[in-house]
Amino acid sequence: MTTTKPAPAEEALSDNRAKGKKRKIKTIRVPEHTVEVVSDSGEGAQKCGQIFGQVSAMMGNGTWTVEIIPAEIQPPPRTPPSASGNRIRLGTKSVSNWGDGADLVVAFNEQVLLHRHRLEGLKEGCTILIDSQWESHEDEDIRKQYAEAVEEMSGHNYRYVPFPLEEQSATIVENPKKGKNMFALGVLSWIYSRDLDRTRDLIARSFKKKAKEITEANVALLDAGFKWADENLDFKVEVPTEPSSVPRVVMNGNQAIGFGAIAAGMDLCSMYPITPATSASHHLGEIFQKFGGIVHQAEDEIAAIGVAVGASFAGKVAFTITSGPGLALKTEFIGLAVMTEVPLVIVDVQRGGPSTGLPTKIEQGDLLASIYGQPGDAPHVVMAPATMEECFLCMTTARRIAEAFRVPVMVLTDANLATGVQPFPRPDLKAEWQATPPDLSAVPEGTRAYEWDPQLGTSQRLIPGMPGGMHIATGLSHDENSKIGYSPDVHERGCQMRARKMAVFQQTLRQPEVHGAASGDLLLVGWGSTWGAIEEAVDRARAEGLAVSSLQLRFLSPMEPGLKEIFSRFKRVMTVEINYSDDPSDPFITDENRRRGQLCWLLRAQTLVDVDCWTRVPGEPLKPGQIYQAIRSHMPNGDKA
Amino acid sequence: MIDTSCSLLGCSVDEDDRYLSMADYEGAVARWCSGCGDHAVLTAVQRLLEGEQLAPEKTVFVSGIGCSSRFPHYLKTYGFHGLHGRALPVATGVKLRRPDLHVFAVMGDGDCTSIGAAHWIHTIRYNPNMVALMLDNGVYGLTKNQTSPTSPQGFPSNTQPFGAHLMPMNPISTTLGVTNASYVAQTGDWVPDHLYETIAKGFRHKGFAFIRVLQRCPQYTTAVFEEAVRNPDMIELMVHPDGINVPELEQVYKNHVYHDPADLDAGRSLAEPHGKIRLGLFYQNESLPRYEEVRQLPSHTAEEKIELLNAELDRYAV
Repeated sequence: MTTTKPAPAEEALSDNRAKGKKRKIKTIRVPEHTVEVVSDSGEGAQKCGQIFGQVSAMMGNGTWTVEIIPAEIQPPPRTPPSASGNRIRLGTKSVSNWGDGADLVVAFNEQVLLHRHRLEGLKEGCTILIDSQWESHEDEDIRKQYAEAVEEMSGHNYRYVPFPLEEQSATIVENPKKGKNMFALGVLSWIYSRDLDRTRDLIARSFKKKAKEITEANVALLDAGFKWADENLDFKVEVPTEPSSVPRVVMNGNQAIGFGAIAAGMDLCSMYPITPATSASHHLGEIFQKFGGIVHQAEDEIAAIGVAVGASFAGKVAFTITSGPGLALKTEFIGLAVMTEVPLVIVDVQRGGPSTGLPTKIEQGDLLASIYGQPGDAPHVVMAPATMEECFLCMTTARRIAEAFRVPVMVLTDANLATGVQPFPRPDLKAEWQATPPDLSAVPEGTRAYEWDPQLGTSQRLIPGMPGGMHIATGLSHDENSKIGYSPDVHERGCQMRARKMAVFQQTLRQPEVHGAASGDLLLVGWGSTWGAIEEAVDRARAEGLAVSSLQLRFLSPMEPGLKEIFSRFKRVMTVEINYSDDPSDPFITDENRRRGQLCWLLRAQTLVDVDCWTRVPGEPLKPGQIYQAIRSHMPNGDKA
Repeated sequence: MIDTSCSLLGCSVDEDDRYLSMADYEGAVARWCSGCGDHAVLTAVQRLLEGEQLAPEKTVFVSGIGCSSRFPHYLKTYGFHGLHGRALPVATGVKLRRPDLHVFAVMGDGDCTSIGAAHWIHTIRYNPNMVALMLDNGVYGLTKNQTSPTSPQGFPSNTQPFGAHLMPMNPISTTLGVTNASYVAQTGDWVPDHLYETIAKGFRHKGFAFIRVLQRCPQYTTAVFEEAVRNPDMIELMVHPDGINVPELEQVYKNHVYHDPADLDAGRSLAEPHGKIRLGLFYQNESLPRYEEVRQLPSHTAEEKIELLNAELDRYAV
């Protein structure tokens, strides 16, 4: 712990060294490290963490970032609910999830730190850089709160490193509340030896819409923080990087969705603002027009999908992006797109529900609503990417499936993927990923609107502009000519054809790969962004000799084949999901009335295997340590290996 | 007509030498009740299609749900018969990505002014170049006689058997109140030439042509315009060289008001109820921006897009 008074700001680094004040600096070399930056809402810890994460990824570290989001728009400062920030997990190798506890925290005050402590966000022995002003504050109440907080957090071997965050920031800017985040970034940059040029570039990019002086002030703060750390801290952390054999890019999942849509050749994103989906359209709004693409902000969620349906019907496959409440409003149009066989891509960035729920926080609660939300039988495709890279790539896949099978395709991401930043191999873009302009050649007079192949259920799409293809698409039950059907067999046949093409599509899917041994005591099944945490937990348990494996589903409807056969090789099968299920040991909960995880319901129905579930709805991603504990407690023979 | 505006189509249909008769635009046999105003609108539209010789494959009729929304089925063009209240977003999507197509939206009064009201207001503001027909019979007919926002006060229906509780909504003044209203007209099913001229002028208008067609429902609102049909004194024609001009009709309906459709304030004042039914063009302004043009961008080939996207990805490179 260092208590050295900060050197005067004007004293240059070289002078310091020249005067022989060089301290002994201990460098901790680790394969991975988890950092948190946490401040009051509005003090900018999120931006600090985002830039730190991005620079780390650019320098070649594996990274995964997760936003820590305050409970309210403007919560009172110096209170636990005000905690806002970012967790950045750094690794030498690729990082697939946010990990368990933080190894190092930069806390702007002790109350936001306390919040993270109470949520078990900090590892035993965690290093805590905390603004030194509170401990010795002139206000007695604040000193008391500080002492109480430290008392509450005692017994965890936390190592406190007070640092003059606000005091030093105030020497550079008039209002240190807006700026100390960059001082903190400078301190972190020194500890982790981050590339300052890249950091300065990212600061400039992040303030590009503001006056030049703002960027300059923020860069000055960064430099001051770096300098202060260099003169005062006695430890550094080194997370070595390994050179990557392939070029990589780094971005969050919403950016990846936007880029993926462009790579897929789509040129209309029709949306209505909703958290946490909106940032995808912010990103697209900046760049889409270069590609001839439009972000259409519709008057409401319903119109947003309506415009996308219109564009798709007219031959230009569009996509819409939303989150739970918006998905509920879009339901009728999704059914219509199924009925009229209009290709369409619908991205649902899931958040906590029901109702307004947890607007900024993660949940995997929309699975059943996505598949079964539409009245009647409305077969369509539901898929779920597990990483930022998959967010990028799945958009091309989704568009192609939509066009080949004349069907809406839903892509379920979540708040974790949307805001988390991860590096991944740079996609090798291909022209064939893109939609081709619709071929409007004439079709023979009398060509039927739904010339269903009786084996496949598929049919050629007739697009306005094609001579001879005139027909009226209708949401009413219809025959091959799109004529409204009045006989019972017309409806039966239409349902059968729309279902059949999905069965055919399912036959094109591959059996999922099992992570770990092909058979064993326990198989975990997950979907979406839980992939990395589940595999890490499985690896930990396997290293201890437990016979546990996992698999992650990307296609939820129709589902990837061969599951029953895989399940038969394990004594027990359990889903791991971020949605609600009853704890079987709770009062009144029986096997009959237990609410289960959403994938769990599907797997039970699909395979008739007695699939169990372990689910949580904390409004944050699952931690590998939690899943590891769940594995231990669900081993069929107790937790013995 | 040759469309030059379409960036999408390398294959725009060559100017063809087809001559299309009204029969060439006929779809299924119309199944509306005899005496329904929808028949008159369908005939007027078929006349327009023939008169303009619109290529059926380049014409799209989008509708919602209701009696009037069966309209596209009775034409031989492309059509999209979608959801209750949601014709306009679909039509906007078609026009936005395919400005080369002729787009018509057909709605009923419940469709447009009730469940679809948000889309009605906002589509006026988007001002896409299309014709929107609001077939207003003042009642929900398909679902058997429920009150609509335009049902006259006191009109008994199955949902308000002791008479409609509220004053009816005025769709014309509502439309005229929205930013970017560019063509606002009212006509009736019993004046076929006026109906035709109103739709034809709306089709030629560059922007969102909102046309309210007053009509009876022979089942439920027979009395609504009965007096107006019988008694010419109930009608007042708005006349102007730039308006809807049907000289023969001006002989039948002696009440005229000279109204320049460029005058929005006067149009708004004429839209207010005053005891007579006003037919004609309340407002027209072709200088307002059309959404599909506002949002039009140069298109790129797949290779160009890859190059551009790689340049973007460079900014995210590790």
